[in-house]
Parts: sequence; structure tokens; C-alpha cells
Amino acid sequence: MNDYRPDPDSLLAAIRRDEARQQRGRLKIFFGMAAGVGKTYAMLQAAQARRTEGSDAVVGWVETHGRAETEFLLAGLEQLPKQQLEYRGAVLEEMDLDAILARSPQLVLVDELAHTNAPGARHLKRYQDVLELLDAGIDVYTTVNVQHFESRVDAVRQITGITVHEKVPDSLLDLADEIELIDLPPDALRKRLAEGKVYTAERVEVAANNFFRTGNLTALREMALRLTAEHVDHKLQDYMQAKRIAGPWKSGDRLMVAVSPSPFSEEVIRWTRRMAYTLEAPWFAAFIETSAGLSEAQRELLAQNLELVRRLGGEVVTAAGEDIVEGVLRLAQQRNATQIVVGKPLQTRFEDWRRGGSLVDRLIRAGSDIDIYVVSGDKAKHRTPLRAPFSLPQFQSTWRDYAGAAIAIGCVTFSLLAAHSVWPWISYQAVGLIELLAVLLVAVYLGRGPALLAALLSAISWNFLFIQPRFTFAISALEDIILFLFYFIIALFAGTLTARLRTRERQAQYNADRTTALYTLAHETATAANMDDVLRTAVEQIGQVFAADVAILLTEQEKLSHTVHPASTLAVNDQEFGVASWVFDNNKPAGRFTATLPQAAAQFRPLSTPSRRVGVVGIRPQQTGRLTFDQEVLLETFTSQVALVIERELLDEAAQESVVLRESERLYTTLLNSISHELRTPLATVTGAASSLLDENTVLTDQSRSELIGEIQSAADRLNRLVENLLDMSRLDAGRLQLKLEWCDIGDVIGVALRTLRNVLGKRPVQVTVAPDTPLIMLDFVLMEQVLVNLLDNVGAYTPADSSLEIVVMVKKNWVRIDLADHGPGVPTDALARIFDKFYRVPGTLAGGTGLGLSICRGLVEAHGGTLTAHNRDGGGMVFSIRLPSSAAPPPVQEAIL
Amino acid sequence: MSEGPHVLIVDDEIQIRRFLRISLEANNYRVYEADCGQAALAQAALHRPDVIVLDINLPDMEGVEVLRRLREWASTPVIMLSVRAGDLDKVSALDAGADDYLTKPFSTVELLARLRVALRHVQPATSDPVFTYGDVQIDLARRLVTRKGEAVKLTPTEYALIRLLVQHAGKVLTHRQILKEVWGAQYVDETHYLRVYFGQLRQKLEENPAMPKLIVTEPGVGYRLVGE
Repeated sequence: MNDYRPDPDSLLAAIRRDEARQQRGRLKIFFGMAAGVGKTYAMLQAAQARRTEGSDAVVGWVETHGRAETEFLLAGLEQLPKQQLEYRGAVLEEMDLDAILARSPQLVLVDELAHTNAPGARHLKRYQDVLELLDAGIDVYTTVNVQHFESRVDAVRQITGITVHEKVPDSLLDLADEIELIDLPPDALRKRLAEGKVYTAERVEVAANNFFRTGNLTALREMALRLTAEHVDHKLQDYMQAKRIAGPWKSGDRLMVAVSPSPFSEEVIRWTRRMAYTLEAPWFAAFIETSAGLSEAQRELLAQNLELVRRLGGEVVTAAGEDIVEGVLRLAQQRNATQIVVGKPLQTRFEDWRRGGSLVDRLIRAGSDIDIYVVSGDKAKHRTPLRAPFSLPQFQSTWRDYAGAAIAIGCVTFSLLAAHSVWPWISYQAVGLIELLAVLLVAVYLGRGPALLAALLSAISWNFLFIQPRFTFAISALEDIILFLFYFIIALFAGTLTARLRTRERQAQYNADRTTALYTLAHETATAANMDDVLRTAVEQIGQVFAADVAILLTEQEKLSHTVHPASTLAVNDQEFGVASWVFDNNKPAGRFTATLPQAAAQFRPLSTPSRRVGVVGIRPQQTGRLTFDQEVLLETFTSQVALVIERELLDEAAQESVVLRESERLYTTLLNSISHELRTPLATVTGAASSLLDENTVLTDQSRSELIGEIQSAADRLNRLVENLLDMSRLDAGRLQLKLEWCDIGDVIGVALRTLRNVLGKRPVQVTVAPDTPLIMLDFVLMEQVLVNLLDNVGAYTPADSSLEIVVMVKKNWVRIDLADHGPGVPTDALARIFDKFYRVPGTLAGGTGLGLSICRGLVEAHGGTLTAHNRDGGGMVFSIRLPSSAAPPPVQEAIL
Repeated sequence: MSEGPHVLIVDDEIQIRRFLRISLEANNYRVYEADCGQAALAQAALHRPDVIVLDINLPDMEGVEVLRRLREWASTPVIMLSVRAGDLDKVSALDAGADDYLTKPFSTVELLARLRVALRHVQPATSDPVFTYGDVQIDLARRLVTRKGEAVKLTPTEYALIRLLVQHAGKVLTHRQILKEVWGAQYVDETHYLRVYFGQLRQKLEENPAMPKLIVTEPGVGYRLVGE
């Protein structure tokens, strides 16, 4: 056995707890057996000590109960304002959680941890406020009595007969960094009580005779001492484990509690938690879902029980199955449970017999190597009578269904009666078969209960109306009696079987629907092209499956965006946005049907993945009741699926951005290389020419002087064009290019471009042919001129100085085409496709040029909705073709009124 | 040496001011300088220059703003210097009362020509109402336009346009200015009128309408009648 080695999982958990604790605030619980032992006093003393050490300690909520010595200790501590909540006309005071969070002190005092908040406060319970304060990194001092701990509630009731309603989960004890037990011998407490130091005079007597009896106090004291001892023991073990000190390592036990929609489950769950704590074993709860439906009340009870499991820190595992014993054992094996805890059965012997032994018997028989604990429930506690023996729990049918069954049988009987009077040859046997069919149909559509009713009614009416002697309940022939009895039995069996089949079918249908819904969600979101599609699909699917309005809020710079995603079907007002932000910040569900901010109209759930939070989903189901357990589980699966897909999309976007970034870095490098070369050539020319001109020793003729000056001039022109190109390029790349479209005369644009480049083109003969019917077209005059200038510049650079140039404007349907044809050397065919690429330069061309000009031209033409292509012409030279759309006709032109 | 015209150069770049000073003084101008809008307004008030060369981008305020403030009390001709061809600011400067513009980089020859045009428009209208360019003659007094000695038949709108250009010969006129003057204030955005009518005018007056020499298009700005 490896008993000497710490279990890696629990080590890891301990380390995680430590890590989380470093950011969390520290929790100190002042813990006592009953009111009046001096917890608040001790807490205030400790706070005063912290204050004198220089800590920033404030009072969030302290109840002095008018005790003078306690009030005295409040002096010097900042008291935060209380929250006023209006509820049904009364104004209730509560601790103001937001004020404390905003004030953000180092330490806050919160008295009475088990307090239940007034409606309208954010959380149902004060301990939830405390958890939020701790999460915000604020230290908390708080007080609580032993009877408020969830796991002790039953024991306290057994000892004192008092049912405690204000409960605190035991997990708070685990969370506490320090527990201070305020102990006082029972007699001393009773003395204090008699002196009026605990309650006001009129309540003293009542209290002294009930709760504060010495016997009670002694039992509570023992409970408090034991709880403290257990806690200290655990701390020690944690310490030993973390420090790898060999010692009594935790047993390999693992407890599983079987939970059902029964009021007794609550106690069984608490018992399991206590047991697991003592054994230091992990525990979880199992729920087996059978095809038998649950009533509204049972669903509510089940939800409460499962909620209790979660509150006590357990995990809920569910499985579907017809046989509970089989399901429980299967889960126990899957999860390596060593012990199963079940409640003492409440079934009748008849049911035991029907199912082949009681649940416990069968569990014990089948679960060979698993220990079974049977915990009895406290029957006195539960006023609700157990089910009458004949009531059948699976029936979900309402009185309407029963009425429907009666009406159906009535109708069938009546029409049979009518038929029988018209065609007397229809025998009563045939009538019986037809009635049997009616019973089967009722079973299919209305369920088992109505089917049984229908069987009964049809049997009676058949006997009364059709079997000889008619219109009496008597039956004359013996074989008719047998027939009648068999009819009744067949109707009962057939009805029951059909209804059961139907229920199974519905269950199967439901399971299939659920699987389909999940599959559809997974599939649709996986194939969605972008984030918007993903969210639209998610909203549709969740809305469809839960018949709900759905809102999705995403993050914006690590914070929750204030606007819902446009695909949402649920509007989120400011108040509900507050709920959503809380959900996002705390990564816990809140809103309707939860313990936090339950007065909100919708429920909000965090969309989070193990690595981060990606948003919040809000849903408002059209149904009025809370979601069933099934639905909750499904919704949780949905939200985690949606969160994963959203994260995937976010990662995708990030990846794409980095690709774009890399590409732009590459272009940037190419650009720098290209530019530095392109800048240096004209700069060298300018510097060289200028220094020659300045140098007194260089004797220059007038002609060479002016040649040098001409060189400077053309170098400057070249630099200017480079700058223009770069600016155009950056505008095109940044998408900031805004076309200033106006009606333009293409011929005019060509004329201006030729005029601009008359020096570059020199003596080349240029022939411009513009088709006479060329319409005005919408262009940005300046940019289109830039296109032509760049193209002409190319002609100037790459064709012989005396070669001719033709510019032809042709009108096509919806298009105007401008061909610019030169008689230069052309471009190698394999390079043609690439000449419009950024920084591409035809191999073997002369130095100079950045490889930007043509790329800009194409960009500008495409910005106009046109195309720019190039091809070599047959006789040598090449043609650039610009095609520009000219679909709309320009508006008519008016003569001026002069 | 006789005192030539006074010119105020407003530009924040000292290199530009220096080369302009050298070139203009060599052409018998008296040059004042300012490096920002405030200084420009002060200098203009102090020296009352005959013409101002104003950069459109100044460190303390927009060139257009300087122009607007100047126009409150002086009608001194102003030539704007702009940086880019597609610059919308220069159109608004022209509409706000600037007389002309030049795009950097520009040649000194070009600047001197613009200065001459700007100064000429300050002089009272010449007695000679006949404008001649090459073989085209426009006689405003007789409302007669001839080319190679033959009368050119113009529509009333075409004539209104050519008359407007002749009155501002050498100077750029923005689309808005022309449309407002000829068609009226509500037509200032109908630039396609101009494309059509100037196309027609070129057909009638230019030797090669595809490469006009008389009526020049200023891309994105307007039109100019070549004056010299």
C-alpha cells in the first residue's frame, strides 16, 4: 500500500487552495455554542487590536443587542452606512455590500453570518455577501453559532427540539483561515442570561426555559468543541500533507449518496457530508433518472436536494435508467465509490414484493464489495402524509385527462348504443372489442390513470347497456360473466402496458431531443463562419430548446460589454446588466431561481472556459416555474459548449491578427529595403550635383552647369513621386481611401495626366482617341489622374524615347474602357501576372522604381469598382486596360439662366 | 533700384522661406517673413504687403483660419501653398477668398507667374477688353469670340463661362465659384454641368481638345484660363 505518499490530487487541491487564498481576503470566524457567549465582543476586541496595529478596519454590520460593553468597543471603528430596503411598505436595514466593496477596507466586521437578507438585497444569505467580500480581497471577521451549520442542523433539532432555519454551509469552515472558539461554561452563560446581558428582561425567562437549559447548552458546547477540534485536525493534516510529513494519510474511501425527490434525502445528504468529513473522504451524490415523470412538487424537492449537495461541496452525478438499484451500483462502480449511503426505505411491503425485494435488500445483495449505509429519516419532522397505498406516483395526468377519458368513453358508448339500435345485428362482443380499442387509445394519449378509469367505465357501461339482461348490472349467462371479467382484466393490462410504453417512448423521445439539441448546437456552432454566426446559432438553439428569450453579452477589453449582442432576443436593461456584470465578475450564475439577485426577470450564467471568461448569457424562459434538473444540466452543457466555441472564435481572430501582423511586418521590411534604395539614388544625384556646383575648383561650362541643375531637378521630381506613391499606398492599405466621386470627362482626365507628365514623355508622339459618345462617369478625378500618371510614368521609364503611344477610350455596355498602348519591349509572359503585386519588379529591368506604382494603380481602379489588366500586344509593346463601370447615366444638364 | 512689390511669405519651414526669399529678391520683390499665423497677421497689418504667400499648414493655426481673419480687414491677394494634390483644404481656402494655390513642390517660375497674375488683378481693370491667346480672340466689349479670325458661335451659357474665365485670366476658379457665378447659388454642387460645357468650349476653341492649352483643368479644384 502506498499509504505513506500523499495523494497527488489532494496535494494539488491543497496548493490551489493556498494560491487562491493569497489573493482572497482572510476569513476569521468567531464561533460559539449559543448567543451571549461573547462572540461579537471578542470580534470587536480583535478588530481594535488590528486597528491599533494600523490596519484599516471598518464595521460592515455589528449587532450590539444594546450591550453596553460591546457598544463601548465600537468606538473608533468606522461604521459603514446601512442599506435601506423597502419591502411591502416596511423599510428594512441590511448591510450595504456595495458600499463595503467601494470602500475596499483591509478588514471588515460582519456580525451574524447565518443571517438571511431581506428581499431586494443582492444575495439571499449574508454568508454569500461574505464570500463576495473575500473574493474582492477584503479580510472578514464574522460570528456564528454552532447550530447554524448545515451539517449540525439535524442534531440540534434532535437535542433542543428547535428547527433552525438560518443555515450556513459547512464549507465556510473549510474556507476559514482561523476559527476562534468563544467558550463559556453553561452555568456562566445562564448567569449572564439571568443578569440580562444576553436578552432583554421579557425574553429572558422564555429563553432560559427553552433553548438555554443546561442540558441543551452542554450538548451544544460539546458540538462546538468537537467542530473546532475537527477543524484543527484538518488544518494539521493539510499542513502535514503539504510538508510531506508521513502520517496517517487519508483513507481511500469515497462516499456516494443516493438522492431522490424525497424529503428525507436532505438528512441523508447531511449525514453523508458529516461522515465524509470525519473520514476525510471525497463524496458525491447520485441521482437516477427513471422514465417515471416527476410532479411539480417532486421536481422542486429534487432541485432543493441537489442544491444542498452542491452547497455542501459535493458533486452531483446523474444517470438514466429504469432500475434504481442497477443505476446506483453502476455509478458507484464507475466512480469507485467504496460506500453507498441510502435513506431508509419508505415503500410498502407490496411495492417491495412487486419489485423483487426492497431497494436496500437488492442493493446489499448486488453490491458485493461496497458498504451500504442505511440512514433513517426523521418522520416526525415531515407533516406531509406519505402516499396512500393506491396512489400511483408516476401519473402525471391532470383531472382534465381523467375528464377527457370519461368523455371519450361516454361518446364511444353513446355512438355504439346508437349504432346498436339502428343495426341490432351488432353483437355485444363486437361492442366490447370496440370499447377495448377506445381504452387503448385513451392509454396512448392520456396516460395510465385515465386508461384505468376508462377501463372501469367502459366495463360498467358495457355490462349495463349491452350484456343480457340489458339495463341491469346483472349478467345472466356464465360465459358472459367470464367474458366480462376477462374484458376488465384485459382493459386494465392493455391500458397500463400501453401507457407505460407511451411513457418510455416519450422519455426516449425526450432523450433523443436532448441529444439532437446538443448535437445541433455543437454542429451548427462548429460550422459557423464567424463570431456573429456562432452567437446567432447559440441564441436560436438555446431559445428553441428552452422556449426562452436569450441575450448574450461579450467582453470588450476584458470587461463585460454594455450592449447585448445584436443576435440576442432578450433586451437587458440597466438593472439586469448589473446582474450580468455580477455574474461576469464572480463567475457564478445569478438572477431568477438562483440564490443571488433572485428578483431579476432573467437568469444569467457565465460563459467561461477553464482558461478565461468570455461573456454572460441571459435567459428568460417562457415557463413560469423553475427549470427542471434536466433542463439545468442541459443548459449548463449548452453554456459551456457556447463558451468553448466563443473562445475558439476569439483565438481564431487572434491567430488571424497575428498572421496579418506577420504579413505586414514582411511588407514593412520589403518596403524599407526598397525605399532606402529608391531614396538613395536621387539623394546621391542631388548631393553630387550640388557639391560640383558649389566646388570652386571645378570649372564648369554653362552647359554642364545647367545639365547638373537639370539632374537635381529630375532627382527631386523622382523623390516627389516616391513620396506620393507611399502616401497613396498607405491610404489604400489602411482602407482610409475615401473617393470623392464626381461626374468626370475621361478625356479631360487623360488631358490633365498628359499635361502633368509632358516632361517625362518628352518627344513621344501621343495619340488620344475618345469615342464621341463617351458619357460622363463617376470618378475621383484626382485619383484617376494619379492612375494615368503612374501608367504614363511607366511608359516614360520603360519605352524608347521616340516610340509612340496610343490612348483609346471605348464605350461598351455599362463599361468604359481605356487602353493605353505603347511600343516598348513589353513584359515577359510569366511576369505579366505579377506586375501588379506590391514590390514586384520585372527581373532584369533597370534600377529605379519601387514596384509600388502599378500596385497602387490597380488598388485605385478597384476602389472605383473597375479592373486594370495588362497584356502584351502582337507587334511588340504592351497594353494596359482600365475598365470602369458607367451604368448610371449622368443627370441632365441645364442651360444657365442669364 | 526701384522698389518692387512687397510680398509676405508665411511658412514654418525656414528652408522654404530662405529659398523663396533668395528667388523673390532676385526678381525685385521686397520680402517679409512670418513663421506662424499670429506673426503673419501682425506682419500683414504692419507692412501692408501687396501679396501674401501662405502655407496651408501652420503650427499655431490653420492657414485657412489666417486667411479668414485677414479677409476681415484686407483684400490683399493670397496664394496658398498646399502639400498634396488631393487636398480638400485648398478648395475651401479658395472658396474662402484665396486667389490661387500652388502644390509643393513647385518651381519658382510657376510661383512668379502666379504672383504676377495675382498682382495684376489688384490693378483696376485694363481699358483693353480684348483677350488674346494664340489664334483665339475674345472681345468682351463686342461679345465676340473669334478663332483664326472666324467668329465662333457660342451658346449664352458658354459665353458666360468664357467671359468669367477671361475676367479672371490666369487665376484658378473653383467649381463652386463658377457654378455660383453662372448658374446661381443653388447649383454649386452640379459639377457635371461644367464637365459638359467646358468640353463643348474646348471643342470650339482648342486646337486639340484632348490636350487643351487655353482652358486648363485643375484636378479636384476647378478651371483656369491660361493667361500669358
